[in-house]
Amino acid sequence: MNMTNLLLFPILIPFLFAILLLFFKESVLMQRILVMTGLFFSTVSALYLVFVVKEDGIQTVTLGSWPAPFGITMVSDMLSALLVTTTLIITFFVVLYSFYAIDEGREKNFYYPAILFMITGINGAFTTGDIFNMFVFFEVFLMASYVLSVLGGEKKQLRESIKYMLVNVVSSAVFVITVAYLYSIVGTLNMADISVRIQEVNQPGIISVIAILFLIVFGIKGAIFPLYFWLPSSYAAPPIPVLTLFGALLTKVGVYAITRTYTLFFLQDISFTHMWLMGLSLLTVVVGIIGALAYFDVKQIIIYNIIIAVGVILFGVSLMDGTAMEGSIYYLIHDMLIKAALFLLIGILIYVTGTSNLREMGGLMKQYPALGWTYLIAAFGLAGIPPLSGFIGKFLIVKGAFQAGHWIGAIAILLSSLAVLLSVIRIFIYAFWGEPKPTPERSKTRYNRMMIPAVLLVTLTVLYGVGTEALVPYMSDAADVLLDPSAYVNAVLKE
Amino acid sequence: MELLMAIIIGILFSAAVYLILSRTLLRVILGTGLLSHGAHLLILTMGGLDGGAPPVIADGVTDFADPLPQALILTAIVISFGVTAFMLVLSYRLYAEHKTDDLNMLRGNDEHD
Repeated sequence: MNMTNLLLFPILIPFLFAILLLFFKESVLMQRILVMTGLFFSTVSALYLVFVVKEDGIQTVTLGSWPAPFGITMVSDMLSALLVTTTLIITFFVVLYSFYAIDEGREKNFYYPAILFMITGINGAFTTGDIFNMFVFFEVFLMASYVLSVLGGEKKQLRESIKYMLVNVVSSAVFVITVAYLYSIVGTLNMADISVRIQEVNQPGIISVIAILFLIVFGIKGAIFPLYFWLPSSYAAPPIPVLTLFGALLTKVGVYAITRTYTLFFLQDISFTHMWLMGLSLLTVVVGIIGALAYFDVKQIIIYNIIIAVGVILFGVSLMDGTAMEGSIYYLIHDMLIKAALFLLIGILIYVTGTSNLREMGGLMKQYPALGWTYLIAAFGLAGIPPLSGFIGKFLIVKGAFQAGHWIGAIAILLSSLAVLLSVIRIFIYAFWGEPKPTPERSKTRYNRMMIPAVLLVTLTVLYGVGTEALVPYMSDAADVLLDPSAYVNAVLKE
Repeated sequence: MELLMAIIIGILFSAAVYLILSRTLLRVILGTGLLSHGAHLLILTMGGLDGGAPPVIADGVTDFADPLPQALILTAIVISFGVTAFMLVLSYRLYAEHKTDDLNMLRGNDEHD
């Protein structure tokens, strides 16, 4: 069987099933069966893709058989294959959770197709090897995310969605402008070709301007300091499963895009561009910590933890060091999984207490011990207590930072772990310890069913942490391509 | 020609920024429309305005326009059209629910929704 198009499957299968779902608007059961089938097949194809990339190296497809760099190339290296797989696994569990957490009105009004369209866009953005095509895939998942964010039409959702849209429309315009600048300098849109041409044209000044413009564009999507301002309120408006998908996946596309462009394109003046990235990422960590410790709203605490994680990952990337890069990739995938798990658990917490305010919770440990212990494991995982999943990534980033002599950054990242631990343990102490407070009557079966995907996801993060050793070859493959652009370039241009 | 285009793009961007910074939602949406127009013209200019003939390979034609910026603009126009349409519907629903289109009244915080 000819499998050259394998890397397109994780993009096309969700797309195909999303279209199919549009025909079954009224039948919730049919929608649920189809969406799970679609996600199952895409996940299998993505896992197989990881295996193929491991065996045969970087996979590429040039659409319409136009030779690169003229056609649109899709490239799957280890990083993008791993991210695509993680995205699909998370979506699988979130959709399973949605069956019990989303009302029927939303299910009958294109909730599942919107999720699948969003996955199409996200996986496309992870896989594409063409900078303008990346813009198009950004628009695909943004459009779907607008739908998800406003679906339900609550007053708060409408108000926050329009702001979310406006911020993203402006940043998309800046994206187009930046691509135009880049095109006028290098005369190509193929990312591998851009990488080669940038070194040839020798115009460090204007290339640095473009680098900073890209940092602004992707920084708005990825929520780095000072461009994170829109994130906390607009993510808190939609229901929990949507918040989970946004929090676990959308910011990470921005992080991926920064990582890709800053390792593939902007290598001519690292002391300038990457210092900006490093400074901003450390500030991102700081503002994230302030937010995470200041709020008494459980949603906001975890949302600010997204911002902290973005800072940590980008700090590792900005070092341009083998150890730190590997750490960043570990941490990126860990963070996607653990944030999804935490948001699902927070959703259950809000469901059983009927509030998201910590001050109104208390003493849940007697009534819901399973939720308490699962949450505690997830919280420890997030803070990076060995052998849980957050440890190895942070360890490698800090080690890389010390090796490179950036000990202020390294210490800041270490201290941030303590703040993260404090912020999530506060939820545990307030909600599970102390005097029980009156909680509304909740259906035990629905609680149990919501627990299944959350527990499975937490188990997966524990396995990810314990099985670190087995993942080393995959992570170092991903980091090697990022640190050696010629591998990427050769795979695409087949020189 | 490039200078003229630069001035036009500048005017479009400044008008867009002015509109986006105003309080009325509809003006803000119109502003994003102008912003994307400016961006499209910028792509066209950045691709180079020289080249008289259409980008079709024929005998004796050596000086033809770069087709790629045109393809990019076409894509970007379609996207901005879709997004603007969505945004207009959304702002109408917002107006119907909140009874206001003044962005200052739409701040919202934890205390009052």
